Amino acid sequence: MTPAMSDAERLLDVDDLRVSFRTEEGVVHAVDGVSFHVDRGEVLAIVGESGSGKTVTGMSLMGLNRSPNATFRGRATLKGRELLSASDAELRRVRGGEIAMIFQDPMTALNPVQRIGDQIVEQIRAHEPLSKAQALDRSVELMERVGVPRAAERLRSYPHEFSGGMRQRVMIAMALSCSPELLIADEPTTALDVTIQAQILRELDQLRRETQAGVILVTHDLGVVAEIADRIAVMYGGRIVEQGTLDELFYDPQHPYTWGLLGSITRVDRDRPGRLPAIAGLPPSLLAPPSGCHFRPRCPHEFDKCVQRPELEVRDPAQPDHCDRCWLAVEDKRRLRVVDGEIGLAAKQGKVVA
Amino acid sequence: MTAAPLLEVEHLQLYFPIRRGVIVDRTIGHVHAVDDVSLSLGEGETLGIVGESGCGKTTLSRAIVRLLEPTGGAIRFRGREITRAGRRELAPVRRELQMVFQDPQASLNPRKRVGQIVGAPLVLHGVKGAAVERRVRELLGRVGLNPEHVNRFPHEFSGGQRQRIGIARALAVEPKLMMLDEPVSALDVSIQAQVINLLDDLQDEFGLAYVFVAHDLSVVRHVSDRIAVMYLGKIVESSPAEELYTKPIHPYTVGLLGAIPIPDPRQNRARRRLVVAGEPPNPIEPPSGCRFRTRCPRATDVCAAVEPQLTEYAGGHVAACHHPLNVTDAEIAAARRSPLSPLSSGDQLPQPHASLPGGDAAEVAAEG
Repeated sequence: MTPAMSDAERLLDVDDLRVSFRTEEGVVHAVDGVSFHVDRGEVLAIVGESGSGKTVTGMSLMGLNRSPNATFRGRATLKGRELLSASDAELRRVRGGEIAMIFQDPMTALNPVQRIGDQIVEQIRAHEPLSKAQALDRSVELMERVGVPRAAERLRSYPHEFSGGMRQRVMIAMALSCSPELLIADEPTTALDVTIQAQILRELDQLRRETQAGVILVTHDLGVVAEIADRIAVMYGGRIVEQGTLDELFYDPQHPYTWGLLGSITRVDRDRPGRLPAIAGLPPSLLAPPSGCHFRPRCPHEFDKCVQRPELEVRDPAQPDHCDRCWLAVEDKRRLRVVDGEIGLAAKQGKVVA
Repeated sequence: MTAAPLLEVEHLQLYFPIRRGVIVDRTIGHVHAVDDVSLSLGEGETLGIVGESGCGKTTLSRAIVRLLEPTGGAIRFRGREITRAGRRELAPVRRELQMVFQDPQASLNPRKRVGQIVGAPLVLHGVKGAAVERRVRELLGRVGLNPEHVNRFPHEFSGGQRQRIGIARALAVEPKLMMLDEPVSALDVSIQAQVINLLDDLQDEFGLAYVFVAHDLSVVRHVSDRIAVMYLGKIVESSPAEELYTKPIHPYTVGLLGAIPIPDPRQNRARRRLVVAGEPPNPIEPPSGCRFRTRCPRATDVCAAVEPQLTEYAGGHVAACHHPLNVTDAEIAAARRSPLSPLSSGDQLPQPHASLPGGDAAEVAAEG
């Protein structure tokens, strides 16, 4: 369990974040009332499937998806500074300085026609009054720290001369170059092989211990989450449907979508069951989401109250950090989530959804 | 396994030439993508092929369906040699040997309607007129899509549905063997489960054999009867599916299993792991002897000098390692050289444990 956090350690507070995009087909409500916080030195994992709004949430904090067709509501404060309403000039200082981001695909995130060293130096000098030589020294240090061998020499290389794992290390080195207090890692290991993924995760974990930076880890992989997260927010259809500590989410999950997610993953450490418990149907369209609970059309436990929008609330007073958006009573949930002796989602009766 | 295997691959090699030159191209080297791989598959069975990017698993699967020309070795399908078969000769074989690709977005023609996509193989193989449409509707229904959607375009479907279209297309000509190249990697977990279940059902219903190529050992565990692990163009271990997870023999397999995060925080914290350091070497000039030795914590001199043979242990468990894990000295003594061994490999049995500095101290469990 995480100890009760005092406000002094609080880094980021996000309150009722709403992001929508006007498109030709209509307004897409990509993020629909998301609230969370990140403390110093902790890893918050935002878990969800494609289209759940997890990436948009991360990008909005950095102001990377500002555009004429996008609307942002709510508040996001980093150590008291409001991010959503900050001017572009102000945000430019924050980006790379106080908040850094690591992207999924390091090949598209790095400039292919500029040497790695020049890219890191440019980033450092944009934020700190250092000479080129000083910045270069710092770059060598950073590259060594994230495990790039022969760092001084490799700074003269171009991104294509690096393997995927090494490129991601360069991204991490760049992200760390100005000692950020908040690191947003968007699927940082998804494009990597498992042996390399294990190395990078270890690196990230060690860095947040050393630097005490807060980390938002955006991912779809519950295995990665189990490895390094302290707290988890599960997103579905633009909303956080459940939030809690690592152990609460894995061993006492409260939202049926979380059950389905936990139940449908194939596991390397388990004998194969006959059939994988899948979640029937498809995620909702964010152009015209269902009324009330967004998971309702796929949920086998749907009842009449579900047409009303459930709020993200603490439902069990014994777990003050654990909240979810589901109308079912806590004791019913603990009974319903057991399918064949494991946590899972029962099959949806009635209509067949392909 | 039945008497005559459905698919036999013997010492298959596929090298990609590297060409350089301004006016005249010269071949300056080769990428050893698949280097002396042998395997066999019976009817209705599933063979999982796993490995990291660049290990040659996709090249292998494409060479087997003859989308790529093998450099050497032999491929036999239902006893018939197809390694060098020409277009015309291959046509009837291709009907029985279908492929489903990783990226359902890229493998469906965006300008064609679903009916045309699924119907194309039928037309190619001589089905005519209204029978095509009837069969297409039947197939769409079978893979869990709405038969009324024959006139829609691929972009009107989600990723999981598109993969179902790819499966329906492969299924159209009633194949015996389906080559599945990372069929669920591009899909979300909840959708992955749906597609895996569909593949399971189809196998039961039509007696299909699958070659399931994936980088994800947990998905492969769920679908396979037998699993082969590839590293840098070679098979390093192959065993009945369950045994690979409970008793991995090759250090690479152990490392691979240990690197996969388990979605269970308590178990994750509890287990000990063998960490595979570094990155795969360059396949243009692979290391001498055992190709994994540059990253292997157990490597000794013999690993650089002699390429390990594929040693067959009890129960048809095969591994190519001089210093195997999870086997006793008695099991090593009872083992023999597998006929699947690469031609270039040595012929000595693995060394008993005492010969390794540190002995069994280097023993690492993959689980728990």
